[in-house]
Amino acid sequence: MDNIGVIISLILIFGGLVALFYGSLKGREVDRRIIFLFIFLAVAAPILFPMTFEEKATQVVKSVFDKVENLPEGSTVLLSFDFDPAMAPEVQPMANAISRHCLEKGHKIIFMSLWATGQALLSQSLSESILPGFPEKQNLVDYVSIGYKAGNEGVPNVIITDIQKMFPTDVNSVPLDSIPIFDNIESCKDLDFIVSFGGGKPGPKEWILFVGDPGGVPIGVGVAAVVAPQMYPYLPDQVIGILGGVKGAAEYESELIRVHPKFADMDTPGLLMMGPQTLAHVVIMAFIVIGNVVFFRGRRREKKE
Amino acid sequence: MKRQIPLMLVLVFGMFLIFQYFIPHETSEEVYEFLLDWITIIGIFAMALAIWSLFRVAVAKVRTRKENWGYSIFTLVGLFSMMIFGWTAPNGEGWGWYFVFVLSVLLSIGMLVQAMTVKSGRGLWAGLMLVFVIIAVLIGIFDNAWSFYFMSAEPLENPMFRSFFDFVLMPILATTFSLLAFFIASAAYRAFRARNLLATLLLVSALIVMLRFNPYLAPIFGDYMAKTSNWLMNVPNLAAQRAIVMGVGLGIVATALKVILGIERGYMGKG
Repeated sequence: MDNIGVIISLILIFGGLVALFYGSLKGREVDRRIIFLFIFLAVAAPILFPMTFEEKATQVVKSVFDKVENLPEGSTVLLSFDFDPAMAPEVQPMANAISRHCLEKGHKIIFMSLWATGQALLSQSLSESILPGFPEKQNLVDYVSIGYKAGNEGVPNVIITDIQKMFPTDVNSVPLDSIPIFDNIESCKDLDFIVSFGGGKPGPKEWILFVGDPGGVPIGVGVAAVVAPQMYPYLPDQVIGILGGVKGAAEYESELIRVHPKFADMDTPGLLMMGPQTLAHVVIMAFIVIGNVVFFRGRRREKKE
Repeated sequence: MKRQIPLMLVLVFGMFLIFQYFIPHETSEEVYEFLLDWITIIGIFAMALAIWSLFRVAVAKVRTRKENWGYSIFTLVGLFSMMIFGWTAPNGEGWGWYFVFVLSVLLSIGMLVQAMTVKSGRGLWAGLMLVFVIIAVLIGIFDNAWSFYFMSAEPLENPMFRSFFDFVLMPILATTFSLLAFFIASAAYRAFRARNLLATLLLVSALIVMLRFNPYLAPIFGDYMAKTSNWLMNVPNLAAQRAIVMGVGLGIVATALKVILGIERGYMGKG
């Protein structure tokens, strides 16, 4: 049924695009509403009839994956959920995948957020996506959530020297000095790896500037696709790898399944969302071509006149 | 004096923080960390101030019956509902008098707004507000089905908080953000046209990077697509991004110096 749905949707979309292309050869412009309709179909069809693709991790994604994979068991990793619900569809899948990977490798995770809305998303990720796969993992022993703290870039600025100064307790008011994970962790300098997920301010850039650089802590970032190009200047010394948008999440998920087949049955929103994204990209590319055909036809006509 | 003191404070602390960065002494770092604590305190006060400001603006809109004043009522209801849900959570399966409590609090705030906005009969609204406050306080004291949590994260699991967050806030923000896809497509159709050499370069680069992300089309071109896309990201994009970062950095230094030296005074509310 899914295959038939996919085929019908593709015939509709590509048939429509061919018709528009034919129209463009006659110099006919495409109405904005038609473009909206095609984008709607391109996004809706793969959601209704899921299309999945094989993904291969690129070097920027693999660097983050390899870092988590090669850290010794029991290393402490800080994962900062610095995003809001608007960015969540792009960034949350990669945050979930990396959290699972860290737990699988036996690393201790400190979860936190520089965004007020991040704490609720973090809580949602933990209860719905991450922890159900690891019933044996214990709060405060294998992972801890220290939640959100107001202060924007002031927060990483302080915890680079003393985490407890900014976070005296975890989200459930348990003092940090009584939590086993913090036995050997005084500041961010004692962490083995930090990954910031986000794209706004404060976010990955603030972690690089105020923690990664001064503290010499390896930083990985997971960002919305539009922000990814802005992270490239920090590669490869200040940032060891970048997960950019849905594509980054999909690559990480596929690498995780390839290396750890036990995750084959996990939910893979990144891979699933590649369907709508891929089809939408194809439609956009087709419209760029159609737009240029119309443009050149128009110019030729103008010259003739 | 009203202007000199803030200017003086900015000058002293600004200069101190500049020099402190170059003094790797323990005392210097301690003072720096002490000052950083203030950021958190200021952040929290700013949040309280923002809530008060939002409340005042919304009430003023309702009072003057400005265009779309009805939305301000939704703003106030949303603001206070989420505050209540974010500070409370049920202790078990039952809800007890929880919803009567929430309604009482919201109604008391509504009566307060009414008392602030009407020209006559303020006493009646103030009296009603008092009644609802008393009901809310009594339920808060005697109802054991739920509790207040000001120092822990239990309210994040409050089904009301989660439902409003998951089914109202998330779809609203996600929808707003995802509308970009439609406008990007429309803009790409109109803007990516090979009008001249630079526009053509931009168009070709965009197509290559988009093709690289495509799991079906990218393999057709073999490694060339990945290599070209990586080159585009790692060389021209990187060079431009670095130039932007450096330019922004220099701009920030210049603006910071203007603020510290009192040339730029916009932060005090006057140019």
